[in-house]
Amino acid sequence: MAAALRGPGGRFRWRTWAAAAAAAAAAGGVRGAARSAAAGRQDYDLLVIGGGSGGLACAKEAAQLGKKVAVVDYVEPSPRGTRWGLGGTCVNVGCIPKKLMHQAALLGGMIRDAPHYGWAIQPVLHDWRTMAEAVQNHVKSLNWGHRVQLQDRKVKYFNIKAGFVNEHTVCGVAKDGKETLLSAEHIVIATGGRPRYPTHIEGALEYGITSDDIFWLKESPGKTLVVGASYVALECAGFLTGLGLDTTVMIRSIPLRGFDQQMSSLVTEYMASQGTRFLRGCTPSRVRRLPDGQLQVTWEDLTSGKEDMGTFNTVLWATGRIPETRSLNLEKAGVNINPNSQKILVDAQETTSVPHIYAIGDVAEGRPELTPTAIMAGKLLAQRLCGQSSDVMDYDNVPTTVFTPLEYGCVGLSEEEAVARHGEEHVEVYHAYYKPLEFTVAERDASQCYIKMVCLRKPPQLVLGLHFLGPNAGEVTQGFALGIKCGASYVQVMRTVGIHPTCAEEVAKLRISKRSGLDPTVTGC
Amino acid sequence: MGAVPNRRLGSVRGVPMSSPPGRRARLSSPGTGRSSSEAREELRRRLLGLIESNRVMIFSKSYCPHSARVKELFSSLGVECNILELDRVDDGANVQEVLSEITNQKTVPNIFVNKVHMGGCDRTFQAHQCGLLQKLLQEDAAFEYDLIVIGGGSGGLACAQEAAILGKKVMVLDFVVPSPQGTSWGLGGTCVNVGCVPKKLMHQAALLGQALSDARKFGWEYSQQVKHNWETMTEAIQNHIGSLNWGYRLSLREKAVAYVNSYGEFVEHHKIKATNRKGQETYYTAAKFVLATGERPRYLGIQGDKEYCITSDDLFSLPYCPGKTLVVGASYVALECAGFLAGIGLDVTVMVRSVLLRGFDQEMAEKVGSYMEQHGVKFLRKFVPVMVQQLEKGSPGKLKVVAKSTEGPETIEEVYNTVLLAIGRDSCTRKIGLEKIGVKINEKSGKIPVNDVEQTNVPYVYAVGDILEGKLELTPVAIQAGKLLARRLFAGCLEKVYHTLFWPLEWTVASRDNNTCYAKIICNKFDNYRVIGFHVLGPNAGEITQGFAAAMKCGLTKQLLDDTIGIHPTCGEVFTTLEITKSSGLDITQKGC
Repeated sequence: MAAALRGPGGRFRWRTWAAAAAAAAAAGGVRGAARSAAAGRQDYDLLVIGGGSGGLACAKEAAQLGKKVAVVDYVEPSPRGTRWGLGGTCVNVGCIPKKLMHQAALLGGMIRDAPHYGWAIQPVLHDWRTMAEAVQNHVKSLNWGHRVQLQDRKVKYFNIKAGFVNEHTVCGVAKDGKETLLSAEHIVIATGGRPRYPTHIEGALEYGITSDDIFWLKESPGKTLVVGASYVALECAGFLTGLGLDTTVMIRSIPLRGFDQQMSSLVTEYMASQGTRFLRGCTPSRVRRLPDGQLQVTWEDLTSGKEDMGTFNTVLWATGRIPETRSLNLEKAGVNINPNSQKILVDAQETTSVPHIYAIGDVAEGRPELTPTAIMAGKLLAQRLCGQSSDVMDYDNVPTTVFTPLEYGCVGLSEEEAVARHGEEHVEVYHAYYKPLEFTVAERDASQCYIKMVCLRKPPQLVLGLHFLGPNAGEVTQGFALGIKCGASYVQVMRTVGIHPTCAEEVAKLRISKRSGLDPTVTGC
Repeated sequence: MGAVPNRRLGSVRGVPMSSPPGRRARLSSPGTGRSSSEAREELRRRLLGLIESNRVMIFSKSYCPHSARVKELFSSLGVECNILELDRVDDGANVQEVLSEITNQKTVPNIFVNKVHMGGCDRTFQAHQCGLLQKLLQEDAAFEYDLIVIGGGSGGLACAQEAAILGKKVMVLDFVVPSPQGTSWGLGGTCVNVGCVPKKLMHQAALLGQALSDARKFGWEYSQQVKHNWETMTEAIQNHIGSLNWGYRLSLREKAVAYVNSYGEFVEHHKIKATNRKGQETYYTAAKFVLATGERPRYLGIQGDKEYCITSDDLFSLPYCPGKTLVVGASYVALECAGFLAGIGLDVTVMVRSVLLRGFDQEMAEKVGSYMEQHGVKFLRKFVPVMVQQLEKGSPGKLKVVAKSTEGPETIEEVYNTVLLAIGRDSCTRKIGLEKIGVKINEKSGKIPVNDVEQTNVPYVYAVGDILEGKLELTPVAIQAGKLLARRLFAGCLEKVYHTLFWPLEWTVASRDNNTCYAKIICNKFDNYRVIGFHVLGPNAGEITQGFAAAMKCGLTKQLLDDTIGIHPTCGEVFTTLEITKSSGLDITQKGC
């Protein structure tokens, strides 16, 4: 009923705002937009600020549906001077280069496996430059692809840094200082976020790098200290270790906050078994550059209160990200943010405190910081703006995968969250350790290969969450995410015939509940 | 049949329960708030319970002439039978529906003799005429096993283990007849020994070859020319398989399934001859049988095929690298083998009679073929081999293959080191004495036709896995089907029921009936024997039940009950000492003091 009302409502609003905006422009007027305002129109139907996954998806969809659309995008160089092209975090300094470097690390593991499978190969070394160049070339080809797609769909692209002038007008500053005024009926903010520098730590800004830089390094980072316990920290530390670098992760409290904690500890356990060093309960206090160019890091052990010291070639901060809202002059448009998180407050329709201004992706408060959610939110928003649909983004049961050396895929609730929401007595957790077939011959340790399905206890035991730790976790999780979206129950999953021999079939074989107390480890040999 | 006229459910449950006149008995409890699927599940369990606990169970309708004939038959045989008249119970329609799910028979009468589904009136009379009925009646509990599974592959083992978990006495007969090349293997069937498992591992070896060449682009530096060593790979894979064989043995032992490494062959109804490697013969009997003998690769029937060609039965344990290989066939077995052989650097040709991957989407199949072609696999389309000749012995030797076109007179010949046949598989159903007990097979395919509940035309013989007609030849399907079959056959014991009659102290002196009061709990075997049902018939039943109800809310288990100290002398204490399960059939009446 509500959904049915939303459709025509959305369309209606579009027209009213257009009229109201035209009236406002005619009455007061903004100088830059005066020409169009005089004609009773804005320059564009839709202006998207930020050319990342969400922004581009939204812009392209709206253009395809016949709207006049512009995208403004500008990459402020990182403190270390790294810059990149169109496409945002995911393409340039996130998912894409991260997964490629993860793949490079996995290949190292396969080379170690290969002799067991009859391939006569000696231990080999890794060359960072070859990898980095190949990865960067691929990213550049994607930047180019995004430009072409915008052009194909007649979306106007401006490489300018945008700030609001008023609620319908944005002023963009180009690299050379030239200013452009753009006005639009609807404005979507999709500026994303950037890594946070712990500026209170002496030397952090001068000597440290972040995920903005690591993928664009021309030379190997060498012995690296990764500070942080986010998935970014663990993924980077994972592939650096896999490439043969001496890598240490410094964690203040718990790894992968917000993820299922049992899974998180298995993730770090596996990393430790692969040679990543962990400094738990420690926080850095200063970074100094030694005469030989190495970085000397001093940290405090929070439990003992003692100070300790180590030298590294690279210090990578991965302690969180801050939304890109500060240079947008949001107050001029009247867009409200959460003063703590700096993120833009939005409703279920992605609308901000100003009815014709929207925010999607990492910059919006309470949204998962994931590329596919931003893309889907962007597309749906464009469809609603164009009166094509009334569907709003469903942020429940969003699947994701952490590409640590042993990959962790999950969808739905963590065990902790399920217990918190439904109470322990109403939750049944089925779990199993398993051994991927590929590990057997290669004599790999599978102690951390583990699957857990969190269900309601009441028959038919609705699945609340699925957690998978093992190879190709992303591939495994995707299909089950659909199942869970469709309301899969434990009974239905058990009735699903496995695909043999795969790791994913283990999900369909989860027989042991935690409550039963039975041993979930691999039996037999 | 006059012996037991029209007994109702109440009497079956062991507690005399007289329905007031005009009120009808109900099979499923009318509980409110219970979902229909749950109610149905419960009804199903009760029906299975009836079938399980009665020597002869007849589901009938009081006005049905066929039912009457059957009742007369059993009556004339002097056999006591339990009859449920569907038209005399409230939920008769539901009962009939669930019965048709269980038996695939929609009509009444629906007759079970010693847990075996006989069928309807005609089949019962047929069975009577051929002696099967007498046999079934006679050999009540005289069988050595509840279930004998023939074939220790994925489906058979799953079924056997599930049945054992359900408390049945189970035997598995497994025997691998060596391939024409002399290859044989351990317990676990095709999947583990000569199928999915070694196939995927060799596939993985080939993928690693690809990974090695990818790795250079990802910055891994090595200068050597990397070669592949067949023996290293095969040894590693065979070691893994050995460990799996061992695991299966162990798992059977843990579940107390008898494992006999012998070839099984029916000799008469309910009786099987097991012949071991040394030729020693042993005979076993069972109430029910599951056929799970699977399939073995087919040969071409041309000159030189059995002598010189290998099949997937031999490839995975081949002690030497096969070298230049011709793969004959276009099944997924053929393409998978060709794919990994090429992937580890061998010269591979696939000879295809007609289409690739028959039965799969043909656009996808052709794309698979062209990807393989791009990666070095040669395809000879529309040719069939007519002769294989050995030119040179060796490991591998040299074989000349002559093939002819399927479209014309053209013939070609070529020399290979190895010829791998992957042209299909035949069911192992022709040499296990099925004709002795009258199990029908499809004469052409050798496959066994079964109904929706995997039952063959002989009521106590079931079949799972690759030998089924018109079913999928996949490991997980066989496993799932095997498990479900075992549950359908035996799931009456999914729950364990403990019960006893008792004599309240207050009643002793008063000389009241000493076998009236009854206590029963129902436990879920799969949930740590959690108590899911609690019943007491006796004085102060309400007072007794209240506290236990709270305990059940807290997850009461049988163990916790056993650990609870009784309050003496009360009636309630009887629940702390329940020992006799209903399925054991032991006497619960109170004798003497």
